[in-house]
Amino acid sequence: MASISAAAKASAAFAHKHELAAAAPTQQRQFASSRSRRARGGCVRAVATPAQAPRAPAATGSVKTPMTTTEKILARASERASLEPGENVWVDVDVLMTHDVCGPGTIGIFKQEFGEDAKVWDREKVVIIPDHYIFTSDERANRNVDILRDFCAEQKIKYFYDIKDLSDFRANPDYKGVCHIALAQEGHCRPGEVLLGTDSHTCNAGAFGQFATGIGNTDAGFVMGTGKALLKVPPTIRFVLDGEMPPFLLAKDLILQIIGEISVSGATYKSMEFVGSTVESLTMEERMTLCNMVIEAGGKNGVVPADATTFKYLEGKTSVEYEPVYSDAQARFVSDYRIDVSKLEPVVAKPHSPDNRALARECKDVKIDRVYIGSCTGGKTEDFLAAAKVFLASGGKVKVPTFLVPATQKVWMDVYGLTGITVPGSGGKTCLQIFEEAGCDTPASPNCGACLGGPRDTYARMNEPTVCVSTTNRNFPGRMGHKEGQIYLASPFTAAASALTGYVADPRDFLV
Amino acid sequence: MASPPKPVAAICNLTEEAAGPNLPLHSPPPPHGLATMTAAPLLSLTDAATVAAAVAPSRAPTRARTQATPRFPAAVSLRCRRARPLTAAAATGASPSSAAFHGECYVVGDNIDTDQIIPAEHLTLVPSKPDEYRKLGSFAFVGLPTAAYPVPFVVPGEESSRYAVIIGGANFGCGSSREHAPVALGAAGARAVVAEGYARIFFRNSVATGEVYPLELADSGASKECKTGDVVTVDLDSSVLINHTSGKQYKLKPIGDAGPVIEAGGIFAYARKTGMIASKSA
Repeated sequence: MASISAAAKASAAFAHKHELAAAAPTQQRQFASSRSRRARGGCVRAVATPAQAPRAPAATGSVKTPMTTTEKILARASERASLEPGENVWVDVDVLMTHDVCGPGTIGIFKQEFGEDAKVWDREKVVIIPDHYIFTSDERANRNVDILRDFCAEQKIKYFYDIKDLSDFRANPDYKGVCHIALAQEGHCRPGEVLLGTDSHTCNAGAFGQFATGIGNTDAGFVMGTGKALLKVPPTIRFVLDGEMPPFLLAKDLILQIIGEISVSGATYKSMEFVGSTVESLTMEERMTLCNMVIEAGGKNGVVPADATTFKYLEGKTSVEYEPVYSDAQARFVSDYRIDVSKLEPVVAKPHSPDNRALARECKDVKIDRVYIGSCTGGKTEDFLAAAKVFLASGGKVKVPTFLVPATQKVWMDVYGLTGITVPGSGGKTCLQIFEEAGCDTPASPNCGACLGGPRDTYARMNEPTVCVSTTNRNFPGRMGHKEGQIYLASPFTAAASALTGYVADPRDFLV
Repeated sequence: MASPPKPVAAICNLTEEAAGPNLPLHSPPPPHGLATMTAAPLLSLTDAATVAAAVAPSRAPTRARTQATPRFPAAVSLRCRRARPLTAAAATGASPSSAAFHGECYVVGDNIDTDQIIPAEHLTLVPSKPDEYRKLGSFAFVGLPTAAYPVPFVVPGEESSRYAVIIGGANFGCGSSREHAPVALGAAGARAVVAEGYARIFFRNSVATGEVYPLELADSGASKECKTGDVVTVDLDSSVLINHTSGKQYKLKPIGDAGPVIEAGGIFAYARKTGMIASKSA
């Protein structure tokens, strides 16, 4: 990796240098691959019309064009020795994920285009995870889960995390919950691979050093039948985060800081690569939080290079062999941001945009009506441990309804202490006990919940125009249900602190 | 490889009589596409008033296909879809660059996210089911805050919109990847979005589905200067958005890499055309 200069301006936590790639990343090219590939299965061959003279096959030695992690992953997946940002390539997909909201539509297109009797390209590579509208009496929502079940039975899909008994999620041993966390926990995220999902937060998996991004039903229907996708190679923005993580900051603060810096379209069509000593010190769950919100900056995918932390997390979760890749030392990045994490403070995103950044301490006069802790962004085990830490430090009770929605069954079990997890410094108490003592609502069944509103009877849905501090990922108008609702996005620390005061609060009031 | 694809004349501009043998007559009418818009002649500014009068009251549900002779040759199908099997690449005659979209415009601002285009509570509707597809159209843009957008895109109770062209600002379609977003707009009758810029997934979904033609403005300003209800023409040939009501014109950017996919008729058609997947048997 390129050496990191210590030249950040002393007064600013943020330093921004443009390093324009020698090859302009915005070249317009025809959809083409500049080298033919072996035919596969008899009906697949490369697209013709090379944009330039084809590369000689012998050019696979040590003298290769330096590439970023994302470029390398896409090169390998499209069987290219190298490629450049702006090129459109057909890649082999390692995992395709879909859920109850987009799955039925994807299946419809798959059958429409490939035939009623068509089979998915690989029944072990399609992972189907109902998670969005599960615990509801909405008939169409329930029907959509049935559609998934019928398809999985017909196709003999290996990984279908089914739920039938909606009254008790624990009666469903296969059910997991929020798709992005389930993918990670069940070992479907592996370094160097290509993961596509019918959900914008699929970028969450970039935490594993893989290429992961969201696609729509039509693209997914195509992948389902072919195992391939046409992708445009994105240039990479590199974020170098250094410095010791202050005890009152979490990865959510880091990504909100970044989105506030570059705006909701600052990374459109680009990859966001997170490196530096701070990133290396983050756990897998924190890395997921970082990559999860890449989409909120318009990013195509996020990447954290795989390391010992990654490999340790994956131990026992997957038996599929994987091979990580890393950005070359001379790889070209479209921009470089250097961040001194030790200078950052807790932040929120004010209504109604994830880039509407403000310091938490500057919003202390904002009275709130509720707090929501959940979702793929902020409903993981460590997110609940973080919230519990604040409640424990305070010893007080919440002043507003505080909703807790664990992302998956595993997280729920962790919160309930059934896996032996206790809150550090509490003398052996479980998260649940701490939450009960603080007066939070009982943790709900794991699912996406009210992060995106959903059917009217969704638990914790914002049905009135209220003010909510939330550990979720979006605060556009109407996001959690009511068009006039006001959502402040925050870390679990900040959310818990806000619950205790009844106003947007800075967690340093309790933690330091 | 299967036998060479049979050109299907203007898939989206078919009358029942013209339907080819692979297209069952009883199936739901195809979603309108590029071609239906070409039936509206490209007007000079002096005809604007006539058009305004003609377009507004007679704006029937967009599924009604015009019987008028198209001014331009049948253009490429922008939609590859809904309950009808795609049989072949639809290209025949002129490329989409000869086409135009015409009608009243609906203007929105920057960063219109997909929750505002189609709120999550409506995502139980499955776009590949024709009746639910239509229902999605009735909810298009229902998430827009009423204070900022007092004029609804779709009149409550109706299934389609009077507005053929959507004019947007920066980062149109940001947020969730829900394909229901371009689908809802297309189902409601919008033919094109003309915006300063797009979020990636929305743009990609628009191209893959062919539901709305996503065009990019060369400069900012249109979303602030145009008003909902203005009569506009999007002329792909000249790459320009003409606002007949205000008299102003706005340059458009060329479609770029998405062009070949749109011209083929969507990602499946493109893949078949380029040999990535086998031709579909009827």
